[in-house]
Amino acid sequence: MKETLGTTGLILNEPLLWEKGKKGRCGFSLPRRDVESFPLDKELAGEGPEFPDLSEVDVVRHYTRLSQWNFGVDTGMYPLGSCTMKYSPKTNERQASLTGFAGAHPMLPASLSQGTLKMMFELEQYLAEISGMDATTLQPAAGAHGELAGILLIYAFHKSRGAQRSKIIVPDTAHGTNPASVALCGYRPVPVKSNENGILPVEAIARVMDEETAGIMVTNPNTLGLFEENILEIAEIVHSKGGLVYCDGANMNAVMGIVQMGNIGIDVMHLNLHKTFSTPHGGGGPGSGPVCVNNELEPFLPVPRVVEKNGRYLLSEDYPESIGKVQAFHGNVGVMIKAYSYIRSMGPKGLKRASQLAVLNANYIKERLKGTLHLPYDRPCMHECVFSDEHQVADKVTTLDMAKRLMEYGFHPPTVYFPLVVHGAIMVEPTETESKEDIDQFIEAFEAIADEAKENPHRLHKAPKRCKVRRLDEVAAARKPCLAG
Amino acid sequence: MKEISELNLPDDVRYTQDHEWARLGGNKVRVGLDDYAQDQLGDIVFVELPQVGDHVKQGEEFATVESVKAVCECYLPVSGEIIVVNTALEESPELVNKSPYGDGWMVEVNPSDLSEMDTLMTNTACLEKLKGAE
Amino acid sequence: MLYLPHTSEDISSMLQVAGVDNLDDLFSTIPEACRLKIELNLPDALTEWELNDHMEALSDSMAVSPEYKVFMGAGSYEHFIPAAVSYLLSRSEFVTSYTPYQPEMSQGTLQAIYEYQTLAARLLGMEIATASHYDGATALAESLLMAIRVTRRKKVAISSLIHPLYRRVIKTYFEPTGYDVIELGYLDNGVTDLAELGKMDDLAAVAVQSPNFFGCIEDLQSVGEKAHDKEALFIASFTEALAYGLFKNPGAQGADIVCGEGQSLGIPRTFGGPALGMLASRKKFMRSLPGRLVGKTKDLDGKRGFVLTLATREQHIRREKATSNICTNNSLCALAAAMYMASVGRTGIKELARLNRDKCQYLKKGLREAGFKIAFDTPTFNEFVVEFPAGFGAIYERLLEKKIVAGIALTPYYPELANHYVLCVTETRSKEEIDALVREVQS
Repeated sequence: MKETLGTTGLILNEPLLWEKGKKGRCGFSLPRRDVESFPLDKELAGEGPEFPDLSEVDVVRHYTRLSQWNFGVDTGMYPLGSCTMKYSPKTNERQASLTGFAGAHPMLPASLSQGTLKMMFELEQYLAEISGMDATTLQPAAGAHGELAGILLIYAFHKSRGAQRSKIIVPDTAHGTNPASVALCGYRPVPVKSNENGILPVEAIARVMDEETAGIMVTNPNTLGLFEENILEIAEIVHSKGGLVYCDGANMNAVMGIVQMGNIGIDVMHLNLHKTFSTPHGGGGPGSGPVCVNNELEPFLPVPRVVEKNGRYLLSEDYPESIGKVQAFHGNVGVMIKAYSYIRSMGPKGLKRASQLAVLNANYIKERLKGTLHLPYDRPCMHECVFSDEHQVADKVTTLDMAKRLMEYGFHPPTVYFPLVVHGAIMVEPTETESKEDIDQFIEAFEAIADEAKENPHRLHKAPKRCKVRRLDEVAAARKPCLAG
Repeated sequence: MKEISELNLPDDVRYTQDHEWARLGGNKVRVGLDDYAQDQLGDIVFVELPQVGDHVKQGEEFATVESVKAVCECYLPVSGEIIVVNTALEESPELVNKSPYGDGWMVEVNPSDLSEMDTLMTNTACLEKLKGAE
Repeated sequence: MLYLPHTSEDISSMLQVAGVDNLDDLFSTIPEACRLKIELNLPDALTEWELNDHMEALSDSMAVSPEYKVFMGAGSYEHFIPAAVSYLLSRSEFVTSYTPYQPEMSQGTLQAIYEYQTLAARLLGMEIATASHYDGATALAESLLMAIRVTRRKKVAISSLIHPLYRRVIKTYFEPTGYDVIELGYLDNGVTDLAELGKMDDLAAVAVQSPNFFGCIEDLQSVGEKAHDKEALFIASFTEALAYGLFKNPGAQGADIVCGEGQSLGIPRTFGGPALGMLASRKKFMRSLPGRLVGKTKDLDGKRGFVLTLATREQHIRREKATSNICTNNSLCALAAAMYMASVGRTGIKELARLNRDKCQYLKKGLREAGFKIAFDTPTFNEFVVEFPAGFGAIYERLLEKKIVAGIALTPYYPELANHYVLCVTETRSKEEIDALVREVQS
């Protein structure tokens, strides 16, 4: 094996913010006072927050050092399954920071915000085209927020027909957020098991679908990285009982330009702009979770909606059946700008190519690693593949141990212990932006780790040693929580 | 995790299918989680106990026990009124791991129907069940 | 293609390993009937340079500072953001990482969020704060649901002077739950009317915003006392976090949960999002909190480190019984807020907040002297309501042509307040600009 990526380097220690600084310093250029001081009732005045006083240099060094303890896609391969950690193009960041976009107040009259409204209007159309749906709302702030909005739409749909329902079918290969989103809308999730091929059997749906069931939430491709091959039949069953089909589109990166969800029986779905459409994840957001719907659900979409009239764009509240608002303003516009830039940079051919190469990368990894790691579902995968630690169990090496050791080879670990249907799951999603060389190096790292598991399991149990910290005591953190200093 | 042969299943308590135990003392029943349950959960970080005075039926949820990455609901072995809760678990949830039948007990119940004790398993039956499931 | 590194040679050798002849065959598990036969109907790809032109044209059509003088607040505020904050925030180790599921490789994000939680708690006068929520409105909706969980009651009372758009979000969140939301009216002096509270029972929470939508400072202390008399939780909400640099924080006045919008703390307005939902509470409610939490712990060598903690509250473990479905939140915005709070510091935030208030008072005084009616006589921070003469709408439109946006009309939200406008002045508006506004509204 060639020299590994991971190495030791000088990492600097850095205290907590309030452990440094000195009273009287300030890292902010206070604006000139050009008006007189007005009296303020002492009863109302507070003492001011206990913030540390730091100089600009203190602040800059602090965060620069902290940033160096982090690993991002720009650092290296980040094959976190179900998260689509593709490269985030830098031009997107530039566009979103343009003053006209970044400085705009959300309640400006439409006549003064044409640029952003046009961008939003077009992005809605692009996403509707990519998903094969009829209309889009950009308001939800993240995937789970999109799910909530989507289920609220389903709720409003049934309510408008005068017969509310009580349950929603959620398969075991769905995202963890799905049952929680369903419950927030007062529905009871009805679990359904996938079959031995990792997909949903038609009969299982037929068995549970009834006229008390509002619909089904499928993740397609599912969390095993497999396309739900029976989706047409499943949608037909759900529709025949008056239900709706929700698609968690978190894995849309596998099928852009290849499958339009609107054509395969999906009524409502969300997309994750921070996954499929390359906007950076920011260490946990902000994301954006637009929801695309068919004509039947369009009247219920959140307001205000962007509408076009003779080449001018307006915000309209004129949708009496709308579910209302899921965010105060228009959603995460800054994230939308980045996704818009991405779609405009890629074009229809580029997007399809991205999906093809994402699927190629995943299948390549699946084929090359399937001897080294146990592959529970040995069939062509979509954009991600799921292994397990079954081959390593005998050596008392777990998925967690391999994940931690992988860090020392210079890779972010894959998603581990998810989906739950695979014991000790290792879920690898390389994305299309990883080159063959980088993927080969990742494969070699895993092969080396599998050898180490046999020869020197201790080394894996002790990993990582090269990061800023070693394994952390999560039990102590949860027993005696310390959430603020 | 422990092998079945390593489990401590004392004979002075009765067991539920969900691995709670119940011990009759005087006319009160003390309740906790058995060795198998605490071992499966791993390091327990939090125990949510009911209010004294709550009336709970046999088989109904009376508490939840949390590890770092799992939540386990606990069901009451016999119907009755909760008369004492083990407040030591608020500060030291690890007692459930360290001493499941001793200091790690969870609640005491004033049972409304003592005959429900007979519906619970003996330690031998519990062990047989675990072996059967293996 | 810029971001697709595969050469045709790479592709053919990888296809061979995958055991298929061409890229299309990779999709053999997708039934034929499900496949799209034509190309997506999207505009063709632009070069980087074409994209720049296109986006600049869109951006240039927006009315923003310094070309426009925008006196609008109402949940989105124009404040100076130090270059250091924007610069540090663009470090790609922060920007391009995921939620810190692997703590050893994410200590930067984790320590920074722990620091954010601490500074946020200190600003709001609470013991703990969450890692972040989407925005002020969703933070408030989740706080109300939290109060319902904690108290096991099914009714909440909210002030009608909470941001009207926040109240609409609450309505949407509550629609399928069956819980009741009761709105409290307001008094002539522009603060919430608490009289109705006396008649209400079984309340889970009383929620009041301060400064409220009219800019007025509410008497949080008495709201808290009245809420606690009813054994309800007191939720204090806010849209302008900077106010607590000057005014007493809600924690000092008895709040149980404090939540709101942190956009003022170093986050550009960007047409309303991404913003920063802040949510803080007393420690005793920690296990009922929605959203992510970072906690301090030690590593194997005893060194200080940070992890995501109390995860059993969350959707991926507790599934349908979770305290929220939130997963991705607005972490990078929380990081911006932490950087901002660290930059201004205790000394700076007091002066800055004071300057906001003084500039706003200066405008208030100018308008009053010009003969306009200040609608409410309660103290304010950097926003207040003015009643313009009937027909002011036409002047408002004319001012737009002069690149002045004279606040936000209240009639769409409070139909009884015809010709009332809520105006905002922050540190970014100069004396000359304020004078110009006073002059222009009289013309």
